Amino acid sequence: MGSMPTLSFATRLRAVAPPDGTRVQGESVRAALEAVFASHPMLRGYVLDDQGALRKHVAIFVDGIRLQGTEALRAPTREASEIHVLQALSGG
Amino acid sequence: MSDRILVSTRKGLFILARQAGEWRVLHAALSGAPMTAALSDPRAGVLYAAANHGHFGAKFYRSEDGGASFQELACPAFAKSEDGSGPSLFQIWCLEAGASPGTVWAGCIPDGLFRSDDRGESWRLIQPLWDRPERARAFGGSYDHPGIHSFLIDPRNPRHLIAAISCGGVWASEDEGESWEMRTDGLKAAYMPPEQDEDGAVQDPHRVSACAAAPDRLWMQHHNGVFMSRDAGRRWLRIEPPISGFGFAVAAHPADPETAWFAPSKSDEHRFPEEGRFCITRTRDGGRSFAVLETGLPRPAYDLVYRHGLDVDASGDQLALASTTGGLWTSRDGGERWQALSVRLPPVSAIRFA
Repeated sequence: MGSMPTLSFATRLRAVAPPDGTRVQGESVRAALEAVFASHPMLRGYVLDDQGALRKHVAIFVDGIRLQGTEALRAPTREASEIHVLQALSGG
Repeated sequence: MSDRILVSTRKGLFILARQAGEWRVLHAALSGAPMTAALSDPRAGVLYAAANHGHFGAKFYRSEDGGASFQELACPAFAKSEDGSGPSLFQIWCLEAGASPGTVWAGCIPDGLFRSDDRGESWRLIQPLWDRPERARAFGGSYDHPGIHSFLIDPRNPRHLIAAISCGGVWASEDEGESWEMRTDGLKAAYMPPEQDEDGAVQDPHRVSACAAAPDRLWMQHHNGVFMSRDAGRRWLRIEPPISGFGFAVAAHPADPETAWFAPSKSDEHRFPEEGRFCITRTRDGGRSFAVLETGLPRPAYDLVYRHGLDVDASGDQLALASTTGGLWTSRDGGERWQALSVRLPPVSAIRFA
C-alpha cells in the first residue's frame, strides 16, 4: 500500500487548486503534486517553472518542516503526510 | 477618437471608458493581479492580458466580453531541457496583434518572442531570434534577464518585424521571423566600457515606437538618450531633447512621421522628473525642436512613467499618460492640455487605447 498524503494549497490558489485540499497517491512530493496536476492542470504552472523546478517563492511544508527547491520535490511522503503548498513571504 | 483605455496596474487591469465626456472605470478586472501587458484585438473580438504573479509566475488571460470576465489560458513557455537548466518564463512584457485576427505576439522576459495563431490557446517560440549567438552578450535592465518590450509589425508588409530588447539591441526580420539582423548603428551605451559602447548586442532601447503611416520612421527612448531612424533602424540619429535625454516612454504620431512624444525623467539614479517638473516633450519637426507640455499636469510631482506608460490613439490627437504612483492623465489636443482621471490607481505599468 503506497503513501496517500494530504495536500493543501494557499487560498490564493483556490481558482486553480482543489479548494479544500485533496488526498492522493504519491511516494514523493513530486509524485503527489503530479497526481493533483492530473485533475487540475492549470495548477502546474503556479507551483513549478518551465523546467519543472519548484518556483523560488513557493513554500512547501511536509509534516511541518519547510523544504526547499529540489529537496522539497524529492522528499518522500508517509502514509498520512500533510503537505502544505504556500506562498513564501520572501516573494513580497 | 478612442473611447477605451486598458490600464495594466500592480493590482489588476482597469478598463476605462469615456462616458459623457468623462473617463470612468468600466471594469476593474483580474483584481489584485500584477498586470504587465494588455491588448485589444477587435477583429478577433477579444482582449488579451498578461500578469506576473511573482510567487506563482507569469499568466495569460483572454476576455471575449470586453473585459467583464477573463479566462486563463496557457502561457508562453520555454522548452524543458534534459538537465532542467533551461530558461523559464518570467514575464510577458508586450503583446501585439498579428496581421491575421487570430495571431498574437508576445515579447517576454527572458527575451523570447512567442507567437500564437489560435487567439492565445497555444504558443511557439520564434527560435531563429532566440538562437542568435549575439544574445549571449545581452543582459537584464531592471530585471535578472533581458526582455523584449517593443514589437513592431510593418503594416505595409506584415512579414517585416522589429523587436527591441533591454538590454540586447534592436532586431529586424523581413521574412516573418525566419531570420534576423541587428539594427543598432548609431546607438551608444555609456554604461559599457568605452571600447564596447557601440556593441549592438548590449544596447538598451527602453522603448521603440513607429509611425503607422510611415513605418520606416522609428523613435527610440534609449537608456542614454533619444534616437530617431528614417530607415527602419538601419541608422539611428541622436536627438537632443530639452529637459533630459533619460526616460522610458515614447509614442510616435500615427500619421505624421515628424511628430513624437517623450516622458523625460532625471537620469540615472533618480528616475523622477527633474525638480518635480512632470511634463511631456513633443517634437513636430523630426527632433530639431521640442515643446514642453505641462498644462494640467501636477507640479511639483515625482511621478515616473514606465516604458508602456504613454500612448497615442489612431487620431493622433488623443494621448494617455500614467505613472508608477497611480496618476493617469489624458489629452485631446496632442498634449497641449491634460486632464487628470479622478480615480487614483495602483502603480501603472502599461496603458493603451483599445
